[in-house]
Amino acid sequence: MSADAAAPAGRLPDAAGHFGRFGGRFVPEALVAALDELDVAYRKAMTDEDFLAEFDALLRDYAGTPSLLYEARRFSARAGARILLKREDLNHTGAHKVRNVLGQALLTKRMGKRRVIAETGAGQHGVATATAAALFDLECVVYMGEVDTERQALNVARMRMLGATVVPVTTGSRTLKDAMNEAMRDWVANVDTTHYLIGTAAGPHPFPELVRDFVRGIGEEARRQCLDLTGALPDAVAACVGGGSNALGIFHAFVPDTGVRLYGFEAGGEGVETGRHAASITGGRAGVLHGTRTYVLQDEDGQTIESHSISAGLDYPGVGPEHAWLHDSGRATYLPVDDDEAMAAFELLCRTEGIIPAIESAHALAGALKIAPRLAAELGREPVIVVNLSGRGDKDVHTAGGYFGILDKEQ
Amino acid sequence: MSRIGVAFDKARADGRAVLVGCMPAGFPTVEGSIAAMKAMVDEGVDVIEVEIPYSDPVMDGPVIQKASDIALAGGVRTADTLRVIEAVAATGAQVVTMTYWNPIEQYGVDAFARDLAAAGGTGLITPDLIPDEADEWLAASEAYGLDRTFLVSPSSTDARLRMTVEHCRGFVYATAIMGVTGARAQTSAAAPVLVSRVREVTDLPVGVGLGVGTGAQAGTVAGYADGVIVGSALVRCVLDAPDQAAGLAALRALSAELAEGVRNPAR
Repeated sequence: MSADAAAPAGRLPDAAGHFGRFGGRFVPEALVAALDELDVAYRKAMTDEDFLAEFDALLRDYAGTPSLLYEARRFSARAGARILLKREDLNHTGAHKVRNVLGQALLTKRMGKRRVIAETGAGQHGVATATAAALFDLECVVYMGEVDTERQALNVARMRMLGATVVPVTTGSRTLKDAMNEAMRDWVANVDTTHYLIGTAAGPHPFPELVRDFVRGIGEEARRQCLDLTGALPDAVAACVGGGSNALGIFHAFVPDTGVRLYGFEAGGEGVETGRHAASITGGRAGVLHGTRTYVLQDEDGQTIESHSISAGLDYPGVGPEHAWLHDSGRATYLPVDDDEAMAAFELLCRTEGIIPAIESAHALAGALKIAPRLAAELGREPVIVVNLSGRGDKDVHTAGGYFGILDKEQ
Repeated sequence: MSRIGVAFDKARADGRAVLVGCMPAGFPTVEGSIAAMKAMVDEGVDVIEVEIPYSDPVMDGPVIQKASDIALAGGVRTADTLRVIEAVAATGAQVVTMTYWNPIEQYGVDAFARDLAAAGGTGLITPDLIPDEADEWLAASEAYGLDRTFLVSPSSTDARLRMTVEHCRGFVYATAIMGVTGARAQTSAAAPVLVSRVREVTDLPVGVGLGVGTGAQAGTVAGYADGVIVGSALVRCVLDAPDQAAGLAALRALSAELAEGVRNPAR
């Protein structure tokens, strides 16, 4: 990313991290000094040519970006739209997340800290963090819900191979949200030596802004690539939304382009009406979770409700505060995609393009299939939709194999 | 005028520190928690800190997490917490409420302040609400005359410490260590330094929490602070007990030991 690209498009958040009524800092006082330190280091870095050059070089030479924008012709024929896939699945470690971890690992080094901690659900952010920690010679501890360590044993092995310590979290629902709680507790106790390398554009200020800025290259690249390929901006941009970093990453550059519709697809699980879903914007209410005010799945008393999705990476009962604001302001549209719709799109991409997507990204593909006819009718022509293919599906082969009855579920 | 200040004034006149004992509402049941808190009052705990159980308590260690999980699994509601506060306040003890912010926001900040005042609660300790985000609570606490206890930490800068203390009413909560709740083998070396930093900017009483679990530790903390706040060690009495009677007996014994501790400050 270049220094001039560092000028934020939306001028949000404000200095205290608020996106309208969302965002901010709801944290123990013990963390405020560390958040302030991080904020200063991050702002300095984003205007420091040496930092930006180092980050750019890592993204290019190590992560393999810019990722391709690929026109998926056979999938497009089935969609009734011209579908352009932003191939973040081809990045090193297999997802957009490498951009965020490299940025934060560089910042960690600049702050003189020697240890990083992270939370992980499916294990993708944990693997990405362990990767960056190996590269930067940092001690790495990853908190993972005990339930998830069992579901995602392969990723636990990956993290350990990379030299990280994986700590199974046995409290609460023993999933991602509890892993995040435990990471926060570790951070409160070890803040002098440790950076909390948060995995999505959520949490207390400045994380939502900082993570967005480290991944916003996705949209900057896609915008340029789409102009080169089609001579125009797309009609719509589609992404899946769990915490929402891949979606913000691809949305951000398009926010000022008011002709470009932005669609975020939340995990509808077994259907929003069943209560078993992870669609925080569609099915939640404004509240405070993990240090920020945003949409949260919660009961009447504000107790967090467990989320459900076939995609472990979207299985989170909150969402980044900037998405909450984009929703309230009407700039982006958020719709649920249920497990079955996502898996149908997953299969369609496998069979038409020879690409196995992450189940997370399959939600964005399913969403594109859903909005294509409406857009075509509205525009009176074939729409152009950029879909963020945020990750590859290798990690999901077990889940998908079970879903389609290809693998014995016991294996 | 501060409601909880009365307890501190009285203890100060007696030449001792205030003992604050924490227990989650609804743990192990609503009635069980009321019985536990009354037992603590009987044995000399001056102020009962009633914690509202929350699904994601990031400032709490394993003992209070477990107790909160049990309370929530038992179906405790925010309204039950108010009932607990009312029952304990009726004994004449001072009651302060410790709560993460989301349950209050969902109840309605003004409505909760109104109902808390009506139940006889003195105010709130807010572990994840800093004054920077507290406009609604500042207004509601003014409207209903409730105390506001924000936390200060060894990592707080001088500017933040001053700002935070200026927004407190009643007492200031100094977190003795960088970490979460839970008894520790040794008391903190950072705590006396933090307390003296607070004293430089305010006359408000200062309570020290995190890590205190024995009468001797309470005596040590009472040597430099106005209040000694004990949580996990008391909760553990109930958590580890084979039955309710044994839990109450252990709770009474520890409460008495701590009450003795704050009357014998190490100077």
